[in-house]
Amino acid sequence: MQIKEFKIKWGMVIDIDKCTGCGACMVGCQVENNIAPMTKNDPYNYVQALTKDRDEASNKLKTLTWMNVYELSNGQAFPDHETAYLPRPCMQCGNPACVPVCPVIATDKNEEGGIVSQIYPRCIGCRYCMAACPYHARYFNWWDPLWPEGMDKGLSPSVSVRPRGVVEKCNFCHSRYLDAKNEARQNDEDPMNLADGAYNTACAEICPTKAITFGDLNNPEHAVHDLAKGPNAFRLLEKLGLAPQVYYTSEREWVRKQGDNYNADGGGHGAPSNSHG
Amino acid sequence: MDSKLFPEGVQRCSFGQFLIWTAVILGFFTWGLYAAVLVLYNGIGTTGLDNYFGFGAWITFDLAVIALGAGAFFTGLLKYILKIKQLEKIINLTVVVGFICYSGAMLVLTLDIGQPGRAWFGYWHPNVHSMLTEVIFCITCYCTVLIIEFVPLVLEQKQLNKIPFIHALAHNMHVNMALFAGLGAFLSTFHQGSLGGMYGVLIGRPYAFREGFFIWPWTFFLFVLSAVGTGPVFTVLVATFMEKLTGKKLVDYKTKALMGKIAGTMLSVYMFFKIIDTWAWATGYLPSVGLTFDDMFYGLVYGKWLLYTEIIICGVIPAIMMITPSIRNRPAMLYIAAILACIGVSINRYVFTVQTIAQPALPFDSWQVYAPNWVEYASSIMIVAYGFLVLTLVYRYLPLFPQERELNN
Ligand code: SF4
Ligand code: SF4
Repeated sequence: MQIKEFKIKWGMVIDIDKCTGCGACMVGCQVENNIAPMTKNDPYNYVQALTKDRDEASNKLKTLTWMNVYELSNGQAFPDHETAYLPRPCMQCGNPACVPVCPVIATDKNEEGGIVSQIYPRCIGCRYCMAACPYHARYFNWWDPLWPEGMDKGLSPSVSVRPRGVVEKCNFCHSRYLDAKNEARQNDEDPMNLADGAYNTACAEICPTKAITFGDLNNPEHAVHDLAKGPNAFRLLEKLGLAPQVYYTSEREWVRKQGDNYNADGGGHGAPSNSHG
Repeated sequence: MDSKLFPEGVQRCSFGQFLIWTAVILGFFTWGLYAAVLVLYNGIGTTGLDNYFGFGAWITFDLAVIALGAGAFFTGLLKYILKIKQLEKIINLTVVVGFICYSGAMLVLTLDIGQPGRAWFGYWHPNVHSMLTEVIFCITCYCTVLIIEFVPLVLEQKQLNKIPFIHALAHNMHVNMALFAGLGAFLSTFHQGSLGGMYGVLIGRPYAFREGFFIWPWTFFLFVLSAVGTGPVFTVLVATFMEKLTGKKLVDYKTKALMGKIAGTMLSVYMFFKIIDTWAWATGYLPSVGLTFDDMFYGLVYGKWLLYTEIIICGVIPAIMMITPSIRNRPAMLYIAAILACIGVSINRYVFTVQTIAQPALPFDSWQVYAPNWVEYASSIMIVAYGFLVLTLVYRYLPLFPQERELNN
C-alpha cells in the first residue's frame, strides 16, 4: 500500500468520551460550507409535480452531511448499557480508496496538507468514489440545491455552491485554510508553518465540549501531534489500510474495539444498534 | 407492402402484424423514455439510489448486459482469427446483439452519471489509475467497432446492395473484418476485465476487494472468463427465442451446440478459478482484515444462497451440461443450461454491485437494503425495448441469418 505523505498533515483527534452527540459539529459544518438543506418542494421546477416529491431532511440517506454523528452501543442490556457518539468527517486518508478510482481526477490527495480535494466542475457524478469510500464520507447532490427564502442571504461567499449531480465531501473547511495562510502572509509569518489554532475547522471550533482537536499531525507544536499518539488513540478500519488522518480516542475498550473489525469474540459486527445521523 | 425490402427469398409476417408488434414495443419504450426524461430533468434523486447505494440497478443492468453481449467479440475472435467456419451462421446475430447490449449500456450510463454533459471528461482529464477510465475508453471504442461491424450487414440490404458502390463497399468491409474483429476482441477483453477490476480494487470494500496479478485484481480475469462463458449461449437463446416467435428455423442446431461447447469450456475454466478465488478470499483475505465469511452475508436479499446459486446451480451445473456432448446435443437441455449460465452471471454482477456496498464496512454500521424504484426499472425496460426494436427491424429487412432460406425449404 502506498501512503502519500507531505510535509504538513492536517488531522483531527476526536475524543469520543467528551462527545455528547449534540450535533453542533454537523450544524457548524452545514453553515460554514453552504451545504444545501433538504427541501421538499422546488418552486422553480414544474415537472417535479409529475414525479415523487424531492426528499426532505428526514431521509438521512439523501441528505448532505459532510460531518455525520454515529451512535455506538456496547450491546449490553440495561443497566450495563452504554452508548457513545462518533462524529465522522472525511478521514482525508493517506491511502484513500476514493482517489485512484475517479476516472477524471476530480478528487486528489494533494499537497495542501494532505487534504483530499474535490473539484466540483470536473466531477462527472459517476459516484464510483462513493462506492469506494467505506466511511460513507462522500455525498451526492441528488437534487438541485435550494435554500428556503431568506436563508440564501446567509451563504458564505468563500465556498462554492455545488450543482446537482456532483459528489461533495468534507475538505477540512478548506477556505479557512486559505484565510489562515493569507493572514500569515500579511503578518509576515510563514504560511507553511502555521501556529496551532491559526487554522481550525468549523466543527472543531463550534464543539461545546472541545471533543474535536484540529492541527498538523506532523508538527510537534500542535496538540494533535501528541494526542494522535496517545495510548487510547485509534483510527477507523485500521486493518483495511486506508491510513486516515482522523484519529479517535476513548478510554473505553468496547469503543476502541468497534473502531475496527474485531473478531476475537467470533463476530465482526458485534454491535446490534447504531444509527445514521 | 414492404416486401420488396425483405432479404432474398424469405417470408415475413404481414405489415399489419408488424405494426402491431412494433406498437407494443414502442409502448414500453415510451414509458421508459418518460422515466429517462424525468431523470434528466429532475435529477437522479428521482431514483431509488441514495448515499449508501451510489451504484444500483442501472450498474447491475449494465454489467449484466455487457457480459451477455460478450458473444459478439468472442465469436468474432473465433470466427475471424481462429477461422472456425461454422460460426459464420450466427456471427451476424452476435454482432447485432453485441451492438444492442453495448449501445444500450451506454444509454443507461448517460442517465446514471450526475453530469451527462461532462461524459467526455473521461477522455479530456483521464486518470490512468482508474479502472473506470479504462472502461470509458474501451466501451466507447468498442461500440464504434461494433457499429463498423454492423454497417456491412445494413449495406447488404437487398435494395441497397443493388447500388454498385455500396455492394463494393460491403464486400471490402467484409474482407477487412478480421482486423475489426481483432480490435474488438482486444478492446472488449480489456473492457470486460476493467469492469471486474473496478470492484476488485476497492480497498475499502472487503466483499469485492481482491489481491491480484500486476495491476489487475483477480476479478479482472474472472469477469472476462464469466463473460465469454455466457455471452455465446446468450446469443443462442436470442436466436431460439426469435425462432419460437417467428415460427421459422433460423440457425441450425449444430451451430448452436458448437456455441454451447465453446461457452461450456470457458464456463468450466471460469468456475475452476472462481471457486479457488472464493476460497482464497474467505480463508485468506477476510481473516486478515478481521472479518469472517459470515460477516459478508445478511438476511434473504444478501444471503449465502446467492453465492451457492451462482457457483453451483448457475455455474458448475450448466458448465457440466454444456461440456457433456450427450446433454449438449439435446436442445431442451442446452437451453436450460444456457438460461442458468445467464442467470449466474447476472447474480454475479448484482452481488458485486449491490452487496459490495451494502456490506457495512464500518463495524458499527448496519446492512442497508436497496430497492430500485420504477424510474430505474422503466429506463432499463426502455433499453430492452430498444433491443427488441433493433432486432425486429434487422430481422425483417436485413439478411441476418444466412441459413434461413435453406432451413425453411
Ligand atoms: S474517508 Fe472516504 S472520502 Fe475521505 S479520503 Fe478516505 S476514502 Fe476518501
Ligand atoms: S463521482 Fe465525481 S469525484 Fe467521484 S469518482 Fe465520479 S467523477 Fe470522480
